[in-house]
Amino acid sequence: MNQARLWWTLWRAQWRDRPVRLLMPMLAIALGVALASAVYLVNRGALDEFERAARRLAGEADLVVRGAPAGFPESLYPAIARTPGVAVASPVLEVMVPGFRLFGYSGAQRPITEQPKTRHQVLLPVVAVDPFRATQVQPALLGEIAGNLRAFFRPDGIFLSVRAAGALGVGTGDQFDVLVGSSMRRLEVMGLLGESAYPRALGIMDIAAAQWMFDRSGIVNRIDVRVAEGADCDDVRAAIGRLLPSGVTVAAPAIDNERVASATRAYRVNLDMLALVAVLTGAFLVLATQALSILRRRTAFGLLRALGVTRGALRRALVLEGAALGIMGAALGVALGQRIGAWMLTALAGDLGAGQFAGVAGHLAPRPLEWVAFVVAGGLAAALASWWPAREAAARSPAAALKAGDAGIVLARVRPWRAGFALILLGAVLAVLPALHGLPLFGYGSIAALLLGGVLLVPGIADRVLGRMPTVRHTPTTLAIAQLRGSTAQASIGLAAIIVSFSLMVSMAIMVHSFRESFADWLDTILPADLQLRMGQGGDTGSLDAAAQARLARLDGVTRAEFRRTFALPLRRDATAVQIIAAPIDASTAASRLAIIESVAAGAQPARLPPAWISEAMVDLYGWSAGSTISLPLGRDQVAFRVAGIYRDYGRSTGSVVIPRSAYRAATGDASANDGAFWLARTATPAQVEAAIRAALDAGPALQLRTTTEVRQLSFANFDRAFAITYALEAIAVLIGLLGVSVTAASTALARRSEFGMLRHIGLLRRQVVAMLAGEGLLTSAIGIGCALVLGMALSLVLVYVVNRQSFLWSIDLAIPWWQLGVLAFALLAAAAVTATVSGRAALSGDALRAVREDW
Amino acid sequence: MRRGAGRTVALLALTSVALAAAGLAAVAPAPVLPGYRLSFPRDYGSHPAFRTEWWYATGWLRTGQGEAIGFQITFFRSRQPEADANPSAFAPRQILIAHAAISDHARGHLLKDERIARAGFGLAEAREGDTAVWIDDWRLGRDGAGYRVHVPARDFTLELVLAPTQPPLLNGAAGFSRKGAAALAASYYYSVPHLAVRGELVREGRRSAVSGEAWLDHEWSSEALEPLAAGWDWVGINLDGGGALMAFRIRGRQGGVRWAGGTLRASDGTTRHFAPGEVEFMPRRRWRSPRTAIEYPVEWVVRAGDTVLVLEPLMDDQESDTRRTTGAIYWEGAVRARAGGREVGRGYLELTGYGEPLVLR
Repeated sequence: MNQARLWWTLWRAQWRDRPVRLLMPMLAIALGVALASAVYLVNRGALDEFERAARRLAGEADLVVRGAPAGFPESLYPAIARTPGVAVASPVLEVMVPGFRLFGYSGAQRPITEQPKTRHQVLLPVVAVDPFRATQVQPALLGEIAGNLRAFFRPDGIFLSVRAAGALGVGTGDQFDVLVGSSMRRLEVMGLLGESAYPRALGIMDIAAAQWMFDRSGIVNRIDVRVAEGADCDDVRAAIGRLLPSGVTVAAPAIDNERVASATRAYRVNLDMLALVAVLTGAFLVLATQALSILRRRTAFGLLRALGVTRGALRRALVLEGAALGIMGAALGVALGQRIGAWMLTALAGDLGAGQFAGVAGHLAPRPLEWVAFVVAGGLAAALASWWPAREAAARSPAAALKAGDAGIVLARVRPWRAGFALILLGAVLAVLPALHGLPLFGYGSIAALLLGGVLLVPGIADRVLGRMPTVRHTPTTLAIAQLRGSTAQASIGLAAIIVSFSLMVSMAIMVHSFRESFADWLDTILPADLQLRMGQGGDTGSLDAAAQARLARLDGVTRAEFRRTFALPLRRDATAVQIIAAPIDASTAASRLAIIESVAAGAQPARLPPAWISEAMVDLYGWSAGSTISLPLGRDQVAFRVAGIYRDYGRSTGSVVIPRSAYRAATGDASANDGAFWLARTATPAQVEAAIRAALDAGPALQLRTTTEVRQLSFANFDRAFAITYALEAIAVLIGLLGVSVTAASTALARRSEFGMLRHIGLLRRQVVAMLAGEGLLTSAIGIGCALVLGMALSLVLVYVVNRQSFLWSIDLAIPWWQLGVLAFALLAAAAVTATVSGRAALSGDALRAVREDW
Repeated sequence: MRRGAGRTVALLALTSVALAAAGLAAVAPAPVLPGYRLSFPRDYGSHPAFRTEWWYATGWLRTGQGEAIGFQITFFRSRQPEADANPSAFAPRQILIAHAAISDHARGHLLKDERIARAGFGLAEAREGDTAVWIDDWRLGRDGAGYRVHVPARDFTLELVLAPTQPPLLNGAAGFSRKGAAALAASYYYSVPHLAVRGELVREGRRSAVSGEAWLDHEWSSEALEPLAAGWDWVGINLDGGGALMAFRIRGRQGGVRWAGGTLRASDGTTRHFAPGEVEFMPRRRWRSPRTAIEYPVEWVVRAGDTVLVLEPLMDDQESDTRRTTGAIYWEGAVRARAGGREVGRGYLELTGYGEPLVLR
């Protein structure tokens, strides 16, 4: 019999017998691949999008000069344009503008009378250019505006991407408001930009109009440079570099792209990790089902061997079978993954991704080559998973295989204590290694090693637990224990998938819970006041001048008011800008305003320098530490600070620095603020004070006032939304795990039909056999879940202290959600028992006589 | 009214539409009124109060090998009054555009390039007081030696000195040149014919010394072009022996001639100005552009008073597509002038509005 025919015969026999048995591993692979390919799609989508956006906006720039969002003097532009070797210098002003749609109408002037809270804010990134210069660097740009230059020069005109127009609810010719300072100004939409070219929310304006409209007189914050043909890019970069004041950098746009991409890397790596969980669980499931399916067919293989099929031929046929299953499952998975990925992107863009994936949705070009890669990978994984059981089956002597009751022996030799311990040790070692390229790769390695090690230890643990089981007088229970004692290895295989998925779920649950608890503590510290004020949240243009601040502080019902100025400052050209917070803070109040985790004792340093407090990320990213002296480019100069302490900042994973407002004002002369906190008199209600503040400012909807309770609620809502995708992916992983339990239960139950027949024959009631099966299911699951709980807790330590710390650069305190874990464990236990019972019933549906006869 | 108008019309239209829509208070461009006394070197310089202005140098060059090559260098300035209120240094108060082209008979079509920028930061400026206008490294200036042209274009570089041999020729009534029936339809306009050219032309990395004769026009206005005009024909010829003829006509959208005019300076320096009825343009041969399918009359008989000239192009294809910067396609080329069967001069001819009428998108 040739190889193909042998394989085909086995396959057809399987299919005729029980198609479900073929479908199960196929489904497991499909789910795993679906998840992996979906997550891959999301990541690629996000990266592509960043790249495209960067390319579109940077065009063919060879160098990009960049400063803080607050910008640098425009006099740098002619200086750079005249630098030898510069072919074109294109000045750019990028501004994040809080935009507000007008209510109920669009058209000419009418007073804003609608209720402020009903007009939601759209944070609109505006890129303002000189089209004559910009087109020389990014020729595609003017394509969008060509023939409309007259509109482009309008001082109140703006071109919007389709997405931005949608968010603002405006079309060409409509108007909308933007917040500048503490008042509103009106812009008119001159036209829409092509959707494929500008997928993100974006507005494009003339640079002169933007400087005027947004009070950025004399300021630009980016200059794109094209180097003349024949000039050396590095020389030109060096020449430009010599012109730049501190805080302004010149770099190749590639670094620019990296910087943007790295902003979401930690988040994306987390998704990767979850996809890995799914794939790993799926692979274990394939291993389990293949092992069991091969066991079940051992007599058939014995017969084939007796008929002259060689050992190798049989092994190859079985591996081929696994590969075929894998390929079909993976093909299904890729199809499913495309759908899930598209859905995830919509959900993430709709802000499940906490703002990190905005604009990515709907722009994924299908790449058939990647599909093929996934299908091949799926097939390969399944073939590998089949290889070990296939070898075992083929190694069996035909005579032994043909005999009944041989099932356990195959696996009896599996006692991988040593390997298990070695892996766990490896996991422990990997956990203490530092991050690699800013990613917790060793942390993930540690998790993988701990997982595998844990799974390998399970048969041994199960043996011991069962060995110490007390004897009970209840027949089905006694039978269940006896049965399990005889086949721990087999049960362990079925348990592998559930242990992997459940332990990971436990670890994730602990991590999220710990994070949430720490987050709550943090919120309490940073929100000491009763009412929080923000001008155009997240934008660059909203602010309160000194007079307005004084006015607010004097309002009735306000006992105390604090104002802060926050802004982004790039400290390194390859890193995302750091958030600087100039707050009324000193050594005595720091502890009551910041979640300080380390501070320098007062007097430990000469107090000549003003103090600064830095977030944990600054320690990792910039190597700063408590007590060290740092310098920040503020105003025209570098200003030195002494680091007085390190605080936790869950709001900004790319780093933040708190400095005293007095020091900021001294360096820059800027007395404006963009957020404030108000302590209220006992007699005042937040509503009264809010009304008074609104009346005092007249900034309409751009003025965001929230009570501390509201801020807390919103923050938690955001937090939970960010982790919703995590929960969803976890649920899928557990589903795969449960599938594993049911497959194991079903296969073993079917394989043991003869045993059941015998039991019925010797007088056991059908009910009792089912009870025995349920007991077996319950017992194995209980052992599995117990192991998974312990393993999960170990993994959570790695997640909390290694993976989280290394990918988000902030620490969290471990907190274990006992109650939640208990409910989860119980639910899983119940599900396992039900699964076992259902498959038992199915196995018992045949008549006893036939079952006994099957045993030859 | 003449050349460059094709391009500037776009900006003229731009200005008025933007003004109306923005409803902003802006200082209106200065009107062109009779009675202004041109004074040099002041009027060599820019007149930023007016809406539109150009310096237009055209001429014939000879290389060392004896090749005849036409060249055209133009700097336009267009004021955008609606930007007046904007305090930004980037405010597009003045837009500068430059075109450069050479007509090389061996190549059969124009080599050309263009620049556009808003004035400011010293990177692009049009100075008052004397001729000094530049966009980045493209520059037209004036000093003791004459006009200096420095134009490093994509396919060629022109480095020329245009030395005057005659005083400026004031067109119209002492430089007040009417362009239509409406009172304000006029420009201030003078020409400098018979400029002696010396310099260098670089093509494909090859440098060749050139010499020849050129013509410079400087014209500024605010409302010279009437809305019903479709385009115009213009010619400026350096006549052998030191004479010079400028003639133009403005064609209506419905066909017909809306206005015409011209100036003839004889070799003895006596100058004669022509009324609309004294100037006639008669097409003799047409050429169809293979790129745009626009048909241009490329050979003409032009009559100005008693002077009758036959104009023959250096080559047929001298079509210029400047849609990228201004939206206009026109024909602008070197021509020979013949009378009585022999060549009596050389100059440039501009034909606009033969495709779409020159009211632009």
